[in-house]
Amino acid sequence: MNTQTLKKPDINILKGQTITGKWHKKKYYVVKELGSGAIGTVYLCVYQNVQVALKMSKQSHSITSEVNVLKAFKKVQGHSLGPSLIDVDDYISANGHVYSFYVMEYISGDDLPNFINRNGQEWLFTLLIGFAKDLQTLHDEGYVFGDLKTDNLIVSRKPARLRWVDVGGTTLQGRAIKEYTEFYDRAYWQMGSRKADPGYDLFALAMVILRIYYPNGFSRGDNPRKTLQQKVQLAIRSQSLKQLVGKMLNGDIDKADQVKDYLLQYVMKQNQQTQLRQKRLSQKNQQETSFHPTLEVVSILSISGLCYIYMTLFL
Amino acid sequence: MRTSTLKQILLITDGCSNQGENPASVAAIIAEQGITVNVIGIMEDEHTEQPKGLLEVEEIAGSGQGVSQIVYKQALSQTVQAVTKQALNETLQGVVNKELQQILGSPSTMEELPPDQRGEVMEVVDELGETCDLEVLVLVDTSASMANKLPTVQEALIDLSISMNARIGRSRFSVYQFPGKRKPIQQLVDWTSKLDSITSIFSRLASGGVTPTGPALKEAMHQFGKKSLKRRLFHNEYPDVEEA
Ligand SMILES: Nc1ncnc2c1ncn2[C@@H]1O[C@H](COP(=O)(O)OP(=O)(O)OP(=O)(O)O)[C@@H](O)[C@H]1O
Repeated sequence: MNTQTLKKPDINILKGQTITGKWHKKKYYVVKELGSGAIGTVYLCVYQNVQVALKMSKQSHSITSEVNVLKAFKKVQGHSLGPSLIDVDDYISANGHVYSFYVMEYISGDDLPNFINRNGQEWLFTLLIGFAKDLQTLHDEGYVFGDLKTDNLIVSRKPARLRWVDVGGTTLQGRAIKEYTEFYDRAYWQMGSRKADPGYDLFALAMVILRIYYPNGFSRGDNPRKTLQQKVQLAIRSQSLKQLVGKMLNGDIDKADQVKDYLLQYVMKQNQQTQLRQKRLSQKNQQETSFHPTLEVVSILSISGLCYIYMTLFL
Repeated sequence: MRTSTLKQILLITDGCSNQGENPASVAAIIAEQGITVNVIGIMEDEHTEQPKGLLEVEEIAGSGQGVSQIVYKQALSQTVQAVTKQALNETLQGVVNKELQQILGSPSTMEELPPDQRGEVMEVVDELGETCDLEVLVLVDTSASMANKLPTVQEALIDLSISMNARIGRSRFSVYQFPGKRKPIQQLVDWTSKLDSITSIFSRLASGGVTPTGPALKEAMHQFGKKSLKRRLFHNEYPDVEEA
């Protein structure tokens, strides 16, 4: 069986080609390749004028595993945990080999570091608050995401939201993490086991945050714990974020909700402070002139920012 | 549903055998005993040692019903552990698939089922992979050319034990090197559940140019039998092993 998998030739799908499912006979027009990894290749396709993402693999069991997870997510009402599942089928190549694939919602957007660098640091907090909430829902369902890393995250547009793709690492809590990437792996850094618990994801999420400051990563050195401490200390300016990341790495925070609450509090405090500053400023200004339009605009903006966070959280 | 303990030999070598019986045919005999033979071939770079060494690596794993993988030295530190884990996962999958054939009766595979019916089968597969007991005998080629690769191999073995011990099922490992002094293999670590604490296990290197892969494999196969004898003597060490 193993040898069979190995002998199957690599997938050779060209853009402009149409993939027809063996069982359901649906036709997918291939626009381009989105990326490939250890498991398979993901293509941007068009089905009935809608853009979809199609993941194909030599390993049928990996596809089935991921489909199982996506199906389980589907049952969670009112939440978009990962891309939604559209179809599962097999593709028979011209030379008769069978490749399994599944079709999912196409999530277009930016990668996280790019988005933050372009739109500013304060977005990080907003995105993380929403993400921590999704993560908590996933954990409540009894899963751990597992292979949480920058490559598996997309910032979708309108509304801007941090979303995960590639559920290949998603593991039932209490089991051994199915798939991981060294840099984001708690056990690699000797900061804990490779058993699926919520803390495993929070460690990886902390590494995702660190990766924004170190785009090329860094090696663990002789004392991994110390290396991490130093990197956090050097890179992160905000005292609050520094503290949060430290706690996530150490396992002092082991619930996604705690991350959300911490960030919410921080954002609220920030807002109060800017409002206070503005008040003081405007009082001073009122003594000189009577009205200052830009300040009015700024305070309206910060209020709308709060409203936005409120909306992503509770609606 | 339970499976019996899954047995594997993981052979880590950097070249081809030059002494004793053909390792591929030995691997076939080992596979007959229900022990899978996986092979990781560590090559110096793309220009040396290929393709003969590469061919043998594939051959041994092929007849040993296992997985083979070639790793180049430049990428050793990152890939050895990833490859080791993948090889083991694949083997787990293979054993579990055999189980599946029994469930489904005919020699059908999961791929022949309609996609909608694969999910449940996969859950069983996952469950078995997570809960079965696993025994891995790691057989490391320590002939002279391997010297500079051994620290990384050791690191990979520690990592392997971390991964496998995160499972619910019991995992146990033993490590042997070959060639040994006046015998095909030399024990470095006796059966243990944790390799985390092994340090500099490959201190005694064999010199000389012989690589008796075949005889080493044959000897390794017998270590599984020996262990059960010892287990009977010290049965309180693993109280419930026999039930499985
Ligand atoms: N639903 C989607 N919408 C948009 N892009 C996607 C989607 N799914 C996957 N991608 C893109 O395709 C790339 C490869 O997909 P994916 O990570 O699932 O493959 P993989 O073989 O599992 O890789 P890895 O080795 O990282 O696990 C991703 O990094 C992502 O950028």
